[in-house]
Parts: sequence; structure tokens; C-alpha cells
Amino acid sequence: MNKATGLRTYAVIYLVFLYAPIILLPMFAFNNSKVIAFPLSGFTVEWFGQMWDDAQLFRSLQNSMIVSVTTAILATALGVFAARATTRYRFPAKAGIMGLIMLPLVLPEMIVAMSLLVVLLAIGVPLSIFTIILGHVLITTPFAVAILSSAFQSLDRSLEEASYDLGETALSTFRLIVLPLVMPGIISSLLICFTISLDEFIIAYFLGGSETPLSAYIYGQFRFPARVPAMLALGTILVAVSIILLAIAEYFRRRGIAKTGGKDSGGFL
Amino acid sequence: MTSDRPTMIEFRDVHKYYGDYHALRGINGTIRAGEFFSLLGPSGCGKTTLLRTIAGFEDISSGAVLIDGKSMANVPANVRPTNMVFQSYAIFPHMSVAENVGFGLRKDPRSKPEKARAVEEALEMVGLKGFGVRAAHALSGGQRQRVALARALILKPKVLLLDEPLSALDKKMRERMQIELIKLQRQVGITFILVTHDQEEALVMSDRIAVMFDGEIMQLDDPETLYRRPNSKMVADFIGTMNFIPATVLSEAGDKVEVEAKGLGRVALDISAAPPAKGESPVVGLRPETLTLLYDDQKAPERETEGLVDEVIYFGDMTYYDVYLGGTDVEVRLSMRNVPGRPVLDVGAKVRVAWSPSALVLFR
Repeated sequence: MNKATGLRTYAVIYLVFLYAPIILLPMFAFNNSKVIAFPLSGFTVEWFGQMWDDAQLFRSLQNSMIVSVTTAILATALGVFAARATTRYRFPAKAGIMGLIMLPLVLPEMIVAMSLLVVLLAIGVPLSIFTIILGHVLITTPFAVAILSSAFQSLDRSLEEASYDLGETALSTFRLIVLPLVMPGIISSLLICFTISLDEFIIAYFLGGSETPLSAYIYGQFRFPARVPAMLALGTILVAVSIILLAIAEYFRRRGIAKTGGKDSGGFL
Repeated sequence: MTSDRPTMIEFRDVHKYYGDYHALRGINGTIRAGEFFSLLGPSGCGKTTLLRTIAGFEDISSGAVLIDGKSMANVPANVRPTNMVFQSYAIFPHMSVAENVGFGLRKDPRSKPEKARAVEEALEMVGLKGFGVRAAHALSGGQRQRVALARALILKPKVLLLDEPLSALDKKMRERMQIELIKLQRQVGITFILVTHDQEEALVMSDRIAVMFDGEIMQLDDPETLYRRPNSKMVADFIGTMNFIPATVLSEAGDKVEVEAKGLGRVALDISAAPPAKGESPVVGLRPETLTLLYDDQKAPERETEGLVDEVIYFGDMTYYDVYLGGTDVEVRLSMRNVPGRPVLDVGAKVRVAWSPSALVLFR
């Protein structure tokens, strides 16, 4: 066996390992059996129907949407401020401050969840979806800062100066020049923060109180073997939605690049 | 001439510090209304910083910048009567050409069709008629520059600031734009201030030039004076080619300075050709085109010196010769036009070099 074949085999095994479980998801979601095992026994949409009738699922889906959308918006807004500050201004202890902002990226979520729980309980804040949002903003902001910093970095400073020079204020310059040009970065940041928040489990489980978002709900349902096929159906829908969202984001990113005549330096797809 | 024009910009002892770095060290001088003025110097000399203090992008540490008699302290960039063409052109990539050019008219009270007409006129002025609907990012370098010009001129500023606007263009395009800029400046009559490190560009385009070194203006003069009568060795060396010949000052009396220049002999110079002493070892400067190789039977109109050709550099229309003067190790470069009947000489040829004392400048 020569070297190229060896590497090719490795690549194939790697991809199979990565994607086979995801392909199994829709397979069993449409399989006419409560038991998750081959051979497949027949086609059904029963599990989707069962999922549809589950009021608790809708409740947790609603919770998740509120948490993830709010998290994405807050983290991206905070990310814009931080990215702007780190790419444009010089201030004392800049490296240290930016380091602390980025730290949650490598901090175990377990630690974040536990310490937040202790503090929230100590000061008497009731656990709810808002405490989940708090935790999620904390862990997603570094991702937003990382994505937006590169967007702000590639912005030519003289574009802003030209705008001031032509009579605009700092605020209108931000709206007319900066914001449109970093929009692809903002969309990326929103999507990534949304996705991270949506499938985050530890913080959601610790800080959610009686309000369970989707991830915690799915985990809970796996205790009942009869509910597993419905969860696979839900998983199938989530995979489909993810692919659609990613495709939309990529479309806007490429359009943005085409519009400003920039070089395509790689995106999600 | 522009010497009778009123003052447009005045610098009064302008200093600028970046931390410990002293970027502008006491700039004084005036720029007149309607003048094509250049700030010339090597990179890092402070010329761009000075331009940006006029635009309002840099605060000054002390001193004053006045535009049209008014102090610009506390006047932010967006209300100053200046507009700028940036080195990178700073064309807004997400807008069309017309949106770029009309950007400064956003707060203009005129109606939409009137603004559209103003944009079209501005585009026509820079030779881009009908380009309005194009996407800004699809333009060539020269076209982007024209868009930047139109965008800055549409606001009819008192002063147009140009930060190395031609440095990104190729040689042919650059030469073409130089002439176009001169014509445009005459047409609109606005004060143009150009920052450049290209001495040729400054000479071609400017009414007056300020030569800057290390945060100071070394000389502020019209191009011809700057070229013929540089006030220091630094300026002489920066502008064009200058031969420097070691010399000794023999005597100074009245309006004459007598020097002994190595290879040339004794020369009496007008005091006007000897800028005030700076304590350097004395040299006389001589431009290549002021030296002439004589034909065999030709007599020098003023002075002549024996020479030996050391190097021949052929340029087509011109030939440059490096020549040892008068049997010494002093080598000068001289340029001869290749007119019909004049042979291009070989290395090692013995020549006679004609020169004129009035072309000499003494630096000491």
C-alpha cells in the first residue's frame, strides 16, 4: 500500500466516523420500529406526528428560541464593541483585558455553570431562562469577538476618515460605512452564537430551573426508550434547519464579497 | 504668479508629539489661496502628519493651524473647509460610483435631481462621464483616483488635500494624472496641497514646495529656486542630482565668496549662491546639466577643466558621463543631449568640460 492510498483511507474513515451517526438520525426517524437497530422495518412518519403533539416539546423549543436568539444578539452586540475597541483604540492593559474577555473560550463550561449557580443562588436571583441567557452570553461573547475582530481588522481606516472628511459624524459614519462593511461578520457571529447557545447543555441544565430548553429536554426524554424515535425525528429537523441556516449565511457572505469586490478567503462552506 | 494672493493656510510654530517622538518640530509658513502647494520629503519626515493636521485627523501638541484666517483648534474634521484624496483613495466599496461621489451631499438641502446633476458634473470634470452606475470596486486604479477626486471636489472645499495620490499608479498613468491634476487645479481654482516623496512630481506640479526633513521645513520656495538654489546639502541632494565637490573657503568680502574647489580651481561666487554656513565641511554643488563636454575645436564660454571619462550611461535621448575632473579623484556626473553629430564617447576618453561659476552653489 503506498502512502497516498493510506492517507485516502484515513480520510474516508475520518469522514464516515464524523457523518455516519448524523445519517443514521433521519434513517431511524423514519423507521417503523421503536427499537433503534438494523434491519429497518419500514417507513413511517409516526414519530414526527408524536413529536408534533408534544406540548412540552413546543414549550422547550420556545424557551430555546428565546434563549438562543437573545444570546446571539447580546453576544454579537458586545462583540462589536470589543472588536471595535481592540482594532481601533489603544488603552492601558489592553492585552490583559482582551485576554480576560476571551478566557471563557477555554474555561470548562462546568466551572462557568457551577460558579454562576453559586453566585446567583447566593444573591437570590431565581433561576429562569434569563439566567441561562446570562451564562450563554458569557460563553458565546468570545466567539463573537473573535469573528468580529477579523471583520473589523480588514476595514481600511481611511474609509472612516473619508466619511468624516465628507461631513459625517462618528455615529453616521458607523451606520453608513462601518456597519455595512462588517455585516458579513455580524451575520456569522449571530449564527455561530445562536448555534452554540442552542445545543449548549451544561449551563442550560444547571441554570434553567424549571424552564428546560431543548437540549435539556432531549436529554430528559432519552430516559424513556419509547420516546427515543420522536427525539430522532426532532434531531432530523434540527439538522435540516442547521443546513438551511448555514446555506443562507454562506449565500449572504458570498454576496457581500461579490458586492465589495473583496477576495474570498474561505467561509463556512 | 501666485505671490499676490491672500493667505489660505498658516502654520504657527506647530509641534506634534507621539509619546516621546517629536513628529513636527515647529512648523511655520503660509500657503496662499489658489496655490498648488507640495509637501515634499522622505518617508517619516512628517509631511503626511502635517497634511492630516490641516484635515483635522491629527491634533497638534502646540502651536496653531489657521485656515482662511480662522484657528482650527477645536474644529473637527467633518466641519473643516477641507476635503482629502486619500493615498488608498478610500472609495466606499459597497456603493456605486455615483453614491461615492454624492456621499458628501447627504446633508445638502438641494433636491435629488439637482444633486444627481452635481454628481454627473463632478464625474464629467474628472473624465468619468456616465460611470455613475458602476460598482466602485470594479474600477481601475486611475479611475478610483478620479472618483476620489470628484468626491472631494463636489463639496467645493477651500482646500483640497492630496495624500500621495499618484503613488499607486504606474509611471505612464502617473505622468498623465500629474498634468490632469494641474489642469483641474487651474480650472477649479481651489488651493491644492499635495504630499509626495517624489521630487520630480513636486517640481512638475507645484507653484511652491516645502521640503521637509525630520519634522521641519528645510526650505520653502518655488520649484526653480529650490532646484537652482537649494539652501542646504540635504535639499540639494534630495531634489534632482547634484555633484558635490570638496572646496575650501579662501575669503569672503562684500557680495563675493572666493573658494578653491578641487578639480575646478579658484572661483568667486555671488554671496547669494552661498546659503548661511551650517558648520559643515565646505562643498560646492553643481547640477549635471550645467556641465558640458566640449567638441575638439570648441571654446568654453566661461571656464573649462580637463577630464577623464570613467563611466558612460546611455539613455537614448541623453547620455550620462561620470568624469574625473582635472586629474584629481573628484568625479562628477554630467548629462549631454544626444543631438545629431554628437558621438557617444567611450570610457577612458580625455575630454574638456565647460562650466559656469554662476551655476555653482556653496554649502558650508
